[in-house]
Amino acid sequence: MGKVIMNVDDSASVRQMVGFTLQQAGYEVITAADGQDALAKLDGSAIHMVITDLNMPNLDGIGLIRQLRANARYKFIPIIMLTTESQLEKKQEGKAAGATGWIVKPFTPEQLIAVVKKVLG
Amino acid sequence: MKDKHRETFKEEASELLAELEDSLLELERSPGDQELMGRVFRALHTIKGSGAMFGFDEIAAFTHEVETVFDLVRNGKVGVTKGLVDLSLAARDEIKALLHGNEPGFSERRQEIIAAIQELMPAPPEGGVEDRPAAPDFPDPDVLPSQELPVTYRICFRPAAEIFLRGTNPLTLFKELRELGECNVIAHAETIPSLAAINPEYCYTAWDIFLTTSRGLDAIQDVFIFVADESDLTIEVIDDGLKPEEDSNYKRLGEILVARGELNPEALDEVLNRRTLIGEALVKANLVNRDQVQSALVEQQHIRGVHKKRHEAQATGSIRVPSAKLDKLVDLVGELVTVQARLSQTADVLEDPQLLSIAEEVETLTGDLRDNVLNIRMLPIGTIFTKFQRLVRDLSAELGREVELSTSGAETELDKTVLDKLNDPLVHLIRNSIDHGIESPEVRVKSGKPGKGKLCLTAGHSGTQVVIRVEDDGVGLDREAIRAKAVGLGWLAPDAEIPDKELFAFIMAPGFSTAREITSVSGRGVGMDVVKKAIEALRGSIEINSRAGQGTAITIKLPLTLAIIEGLLVTIEDEFFVLPLAAVTECVELTREDVAKAHGHNIANVRGEIVPYIHLRERFQINGVPPAIEQIVITEMDHNRVGFIVDNVIGEQQTVIKSLGRIYQGVEGISGATILGDGTVALILDVPQLMHREILEPRAARLQGN
Repeated sequence: MGKVIMNVDDSASVRQMVGFTLQQAGYEVITAADGQDALAKLDGSAIHMVITDLNMPNLDGIGLIRQLRANARYKFIPIIMLTTESQLEKKQEGKAAGATGWIVKPFTPEQLIAVVKKVLG
Repeated sequence: MKDKHRETFKEEASELLAELEDSLLELERSPGDQELMGRVFRALHTIKGSGAMFGFDEIAAFTHEVETVFDLVRNGKVGVTKGLVDLSLAARDEIKALLHGNEPGFSERRQEIIAAIQELMPAPPEGGVEDRPAAPDFPDPDVLPSQELPVTYRICFRPAAEIFLRGTNPLTLFKELRELGECNVIAHAETIPSLAAINPEYCYTAWDIFLTTSRGLDAIQDVFIFVADESDLTIEVIDDGLKPEEDSNYKRLGEILVARGELNPEALDEVLNRRTLIGEALVKANLVNRDQVQSALVEQQHIRGVHKKRHEAQATGSIRVPSAKLDKLVDLVGELVTVQARLSQTADVLEDPQLLSIAEEVETLTGDLRDNVLNIRMLPIGTIFTKFQRLVRDLSAELGREVELSTSGAETELDKTVLDKLNDPLVHLIRNSIDHGIESPEVRVKSGKPGKGKLCLTAGHSGTQVVIRVEDDGVGLDREAIRAKAVGLGWLAPDAEIPDKELFAFIMAPGFSTAREITSVSGRGVGMDVVKKAIEALRGSIEINSRAGQGTAITIKLPLTLAIIEGLLVTIEDEFFVLPLAAVTECVELTREDVAKAHGHNIANVRGEIVPYIHLRERFQINGVPPAIEQIVITEMDHNRVGFIVDNVIGEQQTVIKSLGRIYQGVEGISGATILGDGTVALILDVPQLMHREILEPRAARLQGN
């Protein structure tokens, strides 16, 4: 069975693109529209990785990362944040909150898969 | 597929633009509302980010400008004014037009909006560091890896303790590095605290990684991109792939530690003077720890491997030379070695320091030359291994067996002469294994083994010898049948206790194998005496191990080369003889008293053990009177100890073997000759042959007579 990746993004088109790319590569994908939605969908089941946007309503990416790291179940999983090049500060903040790495938007499906493989091993 | 994503983006963007309009209008009414500011920013941010993702570059670039100002608004650095809202609404309309494919390309209207927005912003501090476009994080996969020379790096990676809490698994990094090229990883465990003090969520280990790759430094940095900021990471080139290495030994261990700054040179010198293994000594002196030494050792090996490979790659160009030319070269080197020995001897006698130093230099050079010349004649044993694959395939088909041949150590090198003569004995052994060792598939399955039999051919070095093993998982030797036969032949007393090895050795004795009915019972015996003779002619030895029902292993030990041996130089009267040192175990004295005690038998008592001996003076009919105290050189072959009586033992000697002329080919007991430093000829004794003729065969005959 493929590994499960949660994709959190408020942009439907990005969710679609990320989800499609990951599924093509054999991963199982759970999507959420923002941090709140993501936490609601995390019922303690096995998630191997999270890819999250940073700017989102209700609960943003940084807040989501903090909550995930505070949860014993998801303390050590890789979390990748999607950033834009104008968000260097955010990147630092994300790392401080416990993000594993980042992908700079815009990115291609190949780059996305490369990063997923990198952190999932 | 991309079109589908683009459509989704258009729909999404339309919704976002509608939301943006609402939010902007509301914001104009309540300019201090943080929530509204955030909503505007997010809408713009998503349009920008997703737009860029799906190829709406103009939208992305234009929206970026508007987004930038709202980022400042959000952070309270720019106030919400009517002007700003007007501009934003105008910008929104422009984005909408772009989204529907109107007015692409340069637009004055958009330029005006951008200019007006930028006026609202405070002057960017010091060149606007934040807007610096980040370097692309990942290399374009379409770009072909450059055909650069492989470079070797030393990567010291000391991750932050919290690395696990950021979801990073260091092992995945090493996996990635391995994909770049040959990679050795060494862990430093010295920083791991005691169990009581350990926090299992922290990473205490540091790593040294040695990587040889042609992908360049960027590729390595990309591997560590997510962890580089918090980790202590240094990447150094330790071999640039260009430097023609002066010697392939790379740096010595101590030099590596000094080059890394882990050890200072004075401390190294001091320790070096103590003359023990440098690594051990340094650890003992508390100058470095065990992990550091281990890491330096791995670096040394890694670089040596790299050099060797490069060397091999450069050495692929080869020339074919008739082997006769090589033989001539070996002959000449042999003569040179002889002359050199004479030179050294003369220099010793004359005690002229100048001549001595020249003699010493010539000795070193000659030694190097000899090793190199002999090395030319070395061929990998794999050249004959490959032939056996076919042999096994054909034989097993013929005999109704299923056999899988596996080989290892094919790169082990042997002198060409040895290799040529090794072919037939090995064919014999393989034939035996398939014919008598490995059972038919039905029988095998019945006895709980896989139907397919295994036959392993392995070769490897063991000191100055090459060890070759032929191993099968067949039926094994029938101990009792061999024993019964040996007793029947009178070679063994019925109640004698004898180790398996010696018992199995009987099947290699001539006369044993002719008994066909045993062959079918014991499973072996065909031509084993021939095999043994061939191996002994190569100055090798052969040993059989077997377990009933589990298989048989035959181990052959051969000298690396036939041209030069380590010998023990002895004298009888004025004659010089050489015994191959490999066969010699010890030398003891033999007094007249000892001889008297033996009552006419040629046996000596060596620490309570009875050892038969051969009186070489008698054997070779050398006239003269033996000295009062003679020497016994004790040799051992196939678990038989036999002594050789000589007048004097002179010492060890590198012996260049000269074959005897054709007239002397039939002479028993002599396998060759060598020329000593002073030009004297010394004969090389054929120890196994003498042993058989003088001791073992008469003994067997006596037993049979009883």
